[in-house]
Amino acid sequence: MSEKDRLFTETHEWVSVEGDVATLGLTDYAQGELGDIVFVELPEAGRSLAAGDVLTTIESVKSVSELYAPVECEIVEGNAALEDDPSIINSDPYGTGWIAKLKLAPGTDVSQFMTAEQYEAHIKG
Amino acid sequence: MLTQEVATVRKTSLYDEHVALGAKIVDFAGWAMPMFYEGIVKEHQRVRGTAGLFDVSHMGEFMVSGADALPALERLTTNRVASIAEGRVQYSAMCYENGGFVDDLLIYALPGRYMLVVNAANLEKDLEWIRSNLTGDVVVDDVSDETGLVALQGPASERILSGLTSVDVPALPYYYWTKAEIAGRETTLSRTGYTGEDGFEIYCDPRHSCAIWGALLEEGAAADIGPVGLGARDTLRLEMGYSLYGSEMDASRSPAEAGLMWVTRLSKGDFIGRDAIARSIDEGIDERIVGFELTGRGIPRPGHRLFVGDDEVGHVTSGTFSPSLKRGIGLGYVRSDVTGELSVDIRGSHIEAHTVSLPFYREGSVKRKRPAL
Repeated sequence: MSEKDRLFTETHEWVSVEGDVATLGLTDYAQGELGDIVFVELPEAGRSLAAGDVLTTIESVKSVSELYAPVECEIVEGNAALEDDPSIINSDPYGTGWIAKLKLAPGTDVSQFMTAEQYEAHIKG
Repeated sequence: MLTQEVATVRKTSLYDEHVALGAKIVDFAGWAMPMFYEGIVKEHQRVRGTAGLFDVSHMGEFMVSGADALPALERLTTNRVASIAEGRVQYSAMCYENGGFVDDLLIYALPGRYMLVVNAANLEKDLEWIRSNLTGDVVVDDVSDETGLVALQGPASERILSGLTSVDVPALPYYYWTKAEIAGRETTLSRTGYTGEDGFEIYCDPRHSCAIWGALLEEGAAADIGPVGLGARDTLRLEMGYSLYGSEMDASRSPAEAGLMWVTRLSKGDFIGRDAIARSIDEGIDERIVGFELTGRGIPRPGHRLFVGDDEVGHVTSGTFSPSLKRGIGLGYVRSDVTGELSVDIRGSHIEAHTVSLPFYREGSVKRKRPAL
């Protein structure tokens, strides 16, 4: 699946929805701005989040950033590979560098998110 | 979540080079400076392994001249200025009457005058404080705008520089300077730096900065030289346990607390802050700087609280992920009796750590050997 099939948030998360499960990661633009990512707190499976809650914390050498739950959801799985090598968010943000799988609340409307084209315009804005 | 781009800030004469090299530019002390080009970790490792080139033109330079320049500087700074003969460089500090830091600085003993190199963020404050504490025949000129500064750091530095100057670079000892023509331009070249690696700082006319910068990148290409931003400058200095003004040093901390008594000569005679520092040594200090490494997962950051068991014993002043040691490291002020195991409160979790002697990184190529005084 390419970047084109994903949806994007204003806070630089991407989501890819299949059924009621969304895979979430950090956008390529955001990883480039943050630089070398050296630490990720593994999202804890089973935790329920409201839209806007902090999903996890990502640290580059210089900065600490929070990732947010874009919608109401429950964490299904965090990407355990990030514990050993968080730099895969830099090298493969839309692939092996995914961050969490989220079970969406029933009736979740994902139409509020941006398309790839809209996100590109947003970051250039 | 991302650093804001900055609109109107000062630019060094190398700004266009940084942009062309793809730098991420940030506001640092009112200057538009490169945070990183390719990435902090890669740039850090390049300085440890081969050579890196830094633009530090934002630093401030003052020229101090006049018949009373030496006694004036003895009174203004903590280290013994009389011990630096012409040709030498000294690390020192300036303190207020209460012992708190005004700034840390380098002093160059030039022919018939001294050059002070101060932190960009403190430039105006330093100048005002220095001028308000001068007596006798002494003149202080701020030459920062007429001074470019490039740092070449890393074990390959000596070899790279030797290809661009007729000066006998290997013969220049640590913390000495010489006049040197580099790539055809007049410079003041010193064997100094802030990374723990062998290296040089090159002061020049800012109109020549680009030519010197370009010549060094070209000459060093075969040795895998690359530009290095302020991000790696900070991780490199922190791995060496070097203090940074605004983090370990500020107006509320003295050399006794900051671990900088090695640049404070209480026996040299009177200087501003001497009595307060001597008194705190006699009476004992409540807090001091320690270095610590995390044994658990996480990265300490400035402001994180430090604990021994349930007792809060201090806080982090500098913290990062160490690219060389591959773990979280930090400096912090703790109660004077604290040593050994402690923990860092990172977003509510207490992560295990232990104090270590500095530097964190012990493989640096810096050539400390100096000739006899």
